[in-house]
Order: sequence, then C-alpha cells, then structure tokens
Amino acid sequence: MNDHYPAGRWDGPAIIVEGLQKSFGEVHALRGIDLVVERGSVLCVLGPNGAGKTTAVKVLTTLLEPDGGRALIEGRDVVRSAPAVREIIGLAGQSAAIQEELTGRENIEIMGRLHHLSKGESRRRAGELLELFDLVDAADRPAKGYSGGMTRRLDLAASLVGRPTVFFLDEPTTGLDPRSRIGMWGIIRELVADGATLLLTTQYLEEADELSDEIVVIDRGKVIAAGTGDNLKNRIGGDVVQFGVVDRTRLGDAAEVVRPLAEGEPTVEEETARVTIRVGSRGSDSLVQTVRALDGAGIHTEHLGIHRPSLDDVFLALTGHTPEDGTRPSRSRSRRGRRDGVVPDATTRQRT
Amino acid sequence: MSMRSSPFVALDIPRPPIAHRIRNGISDTLNLTERDIKIWTRNPSLLFFIVIQPVMFVLLFRYVFGGAIMVSVPGGYVNYLMPGIIAQSAAFASFGTAIALARQTQRGVIDRFRSMPMARSAVLLGRLVADTLRLTITLLIILAVGYAVGFRFENGAGPAVLMVALGVVFGVAICTVSAYVGLAIRDEESVGSFGLIWLFPLTFVSAAFVPVASMPGWLQAFAKNQPVTIVIDEMRGLALGGPLAEHAWQSAAWLLAIFIVFVPLAVRAYRRPG
Ligand SMILES: Nc1ncnc2c1ncn2[C@@H]1O[C@H](COP(=O)(O)OP(=O)(O)OP(=O)(O)O)[C@@H](O)[C@H]1O
Ligand SMILES: [Mg+2]
Repeated sequence: MNDHYPAGRWDGPAIIVEGLQKSFGEVHALRGIDLVVERGSVLCVLGPNGAGKTTAVKVLTTLLEPDGGRALIEGRDVVRSAPAVREIIGLAGQSAAIQEELTGRENIEIMGRLHHLSKGESRRRAGELLELFDLVDAADRPAKGYSGGMTRRLDLAASLVGRPTVFFLDEPTTGLDPRSRIGMWGIIRELVADGATLLLTTQYLEEADELSDEIVVIDRGKVIAAGTGDNLKNRIGGDVVQFGVVDRTRLGDAAEVVRPLAEGEPTVEEETARVTIRVGSRGSDSLVQTVRALDGAGIHTEHLGIHRPSLDDVFLALTGHTPEDGTRPSRSRSRRGRRDGVVPDATTRQRT
Repeated sequence: MSMRSSPFVALDIPRPPIAHRIRNGISDTLNLTERDIKIWTRNPSLLFFIVIQPVMFVLLFRYVFGGAIMVSVPGGYVNYLMPGIIAQSAAFASFGTAIALARQTQRGVIDRFRSMPMARSAVLLGRLVADTLRLTITLLIILAVGYAVGFRFENGAGPAVLMVALGVVFGVAICTVSAYVGLAIRDEESVGSFGLIWLFPLTFVSAAFVPVASMPGWLQAFAKNQPVTIVIDEMRGLALGGPLAEHAWQSAAWLLAIFIVFVPLAVRAYRRPG
C-alpha cells in the first residue's frame, strides 16, 4: 500500500458513523445514521430502493459531503481528512466504473498507476487480480465484450489494486444471474478472509445473511434495525415452510399434521390449496420433519419448499409497510408482486 | 443535529508536503493522458468525426463552394480557407472531450477517480494534455490534405509553425469549455445532441469560410468581434502575411479569458459527485 500519511495509530473501529445526515433539496436521503464496523468484519447495509444506501456509501468514500454528523474511516474524518481516507479505501460503486475501450488488464493497470504504484508493480498486481477474479482468458480483450458478471468482477478487481484496508461495495450482485451471484459471494468471502474491513449494501436479505457479520437495515434514511442475520430473522419469525396439497379435500388434515412443527398457527390458503408454517431458525430440519409427517399421513404435496424471509418480510415485520416507495401501512399492506398490490382495479375485483 | 458525545477523537492528519503532491499530480496527469490517448485510438467513430470530417470540409469548400466565394488573398480561396478549416476542426475536435467526459461521469468512472488518492485537477489536465496531442496530429493531417489541394504558406516557416500552434491552443481552449459542458451535463446523449450546439454559430458565423463583409450588417457586428474570427484572422496573418499585432493581443486576451473562466469551472464540475 502507498500510504503517504504519517498517520497516528488508530485502535478504534474501522468505520464509525455518527448522526450522518444528507439532503438533496427536499429529499432527506440520510436522516441521522449511526453505525460502527469493527476492523476485519463485514457490515451489510440492507435497504430497499431509495433507502439511502448509495448516498451513505458516497459520503463514506468522500464523494459527497454530509450536511451533519461525522464519519471516520480508520480514524480519518471523511471531510477534514478526505485525501487520507482515499489512500486506504477501495470502492466498487453501484455501476461498474470500467472503461470499455480498454482491456481488462489495462483497466486494472491504469488504476494501479493512479494509486502511484510503479509500472512494474501495477503490471504484477494486475496479473494477480486477473487470476484471482478468474479473468485471465479475457484479460487482453476490450472490456466492451465482457458479460455483466465479468464486468462486475473486473470492477471489483480494479478497486483492489491499491490494497485498500477498508472497502465499500454498493450492491455488488444486483443484476447478476444466480450463478454469477454465487461466484461473487465466493470472491467477497475470500477478500474478507484476508482481514480487510468491508461495508457492502444489498437489497437481498439472503445475501446480507450469507456475507456479513452484522446487518444494518435502513429505510428512508434511518437505521430501523441492526444485528446479526439470525437476530433479525428471529425478530421477524425466521424461515417459512410452504407446500401445496394435491388433494384439496385433505387440506385440513395437512394443516393438522404440520401444526406441531409450526411456530404459531399454520396458514391455510383455500384458494390455492397451500399451507404455510413458520419454523423459526430450525431451517432444513423442520423441512425434513414436515416431509416425514405429511408422508406418514399419506398426503401428497407439490411445490414443497423452505423460504428465507425476504426483504419484504423484514420490512413488514419491522415497519409495518413494504419497501415499495413510501407505501403507508394504512393504504396498502400488500406484498410486492401480489396482484392486489401491483395491479389496481380490474384484477383485484376478480379476486375478491 | 446536536453534537454527539463520542469517545473517538479523529486522527489529525497533516497534508503531505507540497513537493510530494506536485510530483503525484504530474504523474496522475501523465497517466491519464496516456489512458485518454489509448481510448481515443480505439474509438473509430471519434477518429472519423475528428479527422475524416474536416478532410471532407476541405474538399467541399475547396471544390464545391470555393468557386463562388471571392477573396483577395495571395493564392486565392484555398489559402483563405485553410486557416478557417483548421480553426473550425480544432473547435469541433472538442466534441470528443465533452462526450468522453460525460460518458465517464455517467458510467461512474469519474466517481471512481474521485474516490482515489489522485490530484483533483489531474483528470482535466490529463485530458487537456491528451487533447493537445490529439489536436496537433489532427491539424497536421488536415494541413497535409490542404497542401494536396493547393494550399501554401506564404509567410515563411516560423509563422507557419506559430499558426499551427495557435490553432492547437485555440482548440485546447475550446476543449476546456467542452470539458466543462461534459462534466456538468453528464449525459452522453444530451451532450452529443445539444451540449455543443453553440459551436455551429460560433464557427460558421465567423471569417472561417467567407469574408465577414459578405454577411448582412447585423450579423457582421457579431462575426467581426467574436473570438473565432479574431483567432482566424491572426492565423491567416501568420500563414499568408499581413498585419499581426492587433489580432495577436486580442487573440491572446480571448484565449486567456477562456482558460481563466473555464478551467476552474470544469474542475468544480469534476468535484461535484455524479
Ligand atoms: N444527486 C441526487 N439528487 C437528488 N436526489 C438524490 C440524489 N441522489 C440520491 N437522491 C435521492 O436520495 C434518496 C436515496 O437515494 P440512494 O441512491 O442513496 O438510495 P439507494 O438506497 O442507493 O437506492 P437503490 O437501491 O435504488 O440504489 C432517493 O430518494 C434518491 O432519489
Ligand atoms: Mg443505490
């Protein structure tokens, strides 16, 4: 690393954010955010569209000046010591900052040079990173032809040239197909295994749970919950097992059979012949038990599965509204994607 | 927000010495110059726009319109035309600057740079150094085409070199305006469609292709006094001979004013987050 600053030693947390505020005219994007990230740990900021995730990342990476509060990265104030902060951070923003005309290798090398590495060192580092991110075969092709997943990987690789000690990933997997997403998770895990501090944002609870030591849920510029993934899931009732019953006449029997496995009452949807039970954090155990119980009673099922609570569930549990742009609890409690929430009038009438 | 009591006191970090910062600034600028040139050479459409288009203008004005335009300079219309074409091409080359910067802002590249330990002015300076090289190459190609269709310097080698240099400096000045436009508008398409529309009246309502005296009176007032005409008149003087002094200081004043106004504006636009 090329830290030119004769920095004093810092023994505190890697990231400290206190009362951070930022408005764009009338829009209050951040309304007093507090968070702490210990060195070497992963914090995930979870929130729906417009929650303020990108704004927070931009303030922490010195791109935006906050209106109030303060933020320290390894003890360096993001406003007063912005140049010193830039020496130690890495950023992969929400859209990949790749120059399409340049090859993957050139994209990384130039970033190395701009981090004041020597030509040789930049080249070496680019080689390493291309290897790490599985881009060796495409390294000398213009980035224009890269797939979405490759572009993301290249972007992440380029943000690591300067060997940042604290790095920021803004929705690193948004827009990736499931396979690339899993690949990206693997890469992120490897990075943090090396001891770097990471703050990442996502809209997916599952992702937050997979990658982070701690999760902070933000909504409309405020922290509405914080804790480990299990913490949060317990607060919202944990996992859910759901199945359809082939023979509708046995719907009632099915509910009786699984009742002992459920936390609370099973939910029975007559219309679709579906049964849902909450199983807390017992996860796949309860899935196995459900299958056994139903099988034992001779009940045939379809679409049997266990679901992690989604961001929608978190929001419903924590705020009483779903994360659809400012939906008030009084107006609609509909879940995203359900017909009555998305298509008004015609379709709704048919259902009711 | 009231002050919070926090046990953490931020580190007090002194800025590195000025010499160190200058050294880094120069290295950043040159690295970005190299990067911009690389990108330029890989963009066939920009190459086309910047080199082929002026060549077509030369041929068009020389052979199609040229016969109808009366001028009184040694060597006839082709000699009159070339300084005008060169200035116009230099100005239009700034399209590339505006579009590249808008694209980079849009794609988050500029924000990435801003999060890195780089000199704040390096992106603009690197761009302008690259533009200087780009313009020099472009203008020399156009001059070569001009020579092929009959253009000749009539005033000796020294002034001829000065003319090319003035064309380049003029082009770089317009590039700073375009850099500001690109960084401020930040949308490739808007920049391409209307961000640089002002270049058309500025270059056509000038002495670039026809003598100002042939225009209607109300237009002459503008055409005669605007910077493009003043620079072109000076370039003609250098290429073909004639009085130089008056236009020289006027040109210098205009160019200086453009740099003084637009370099800080562009740097400020760069610092605003995308
Ligand atoms: N430059 C800006 N000017 C005006 N409003 C802005 C600007 N940037 C963000 N906002 C607004 O601030 C709020 C928070 O935006 P932000 O981009 O931080 O959300 P986000 O959580 O990153 O959302 P997403 O998941 O869609 O990326 C939004 O209402 C957004 O419209
Ligand atoms: Mg965002």
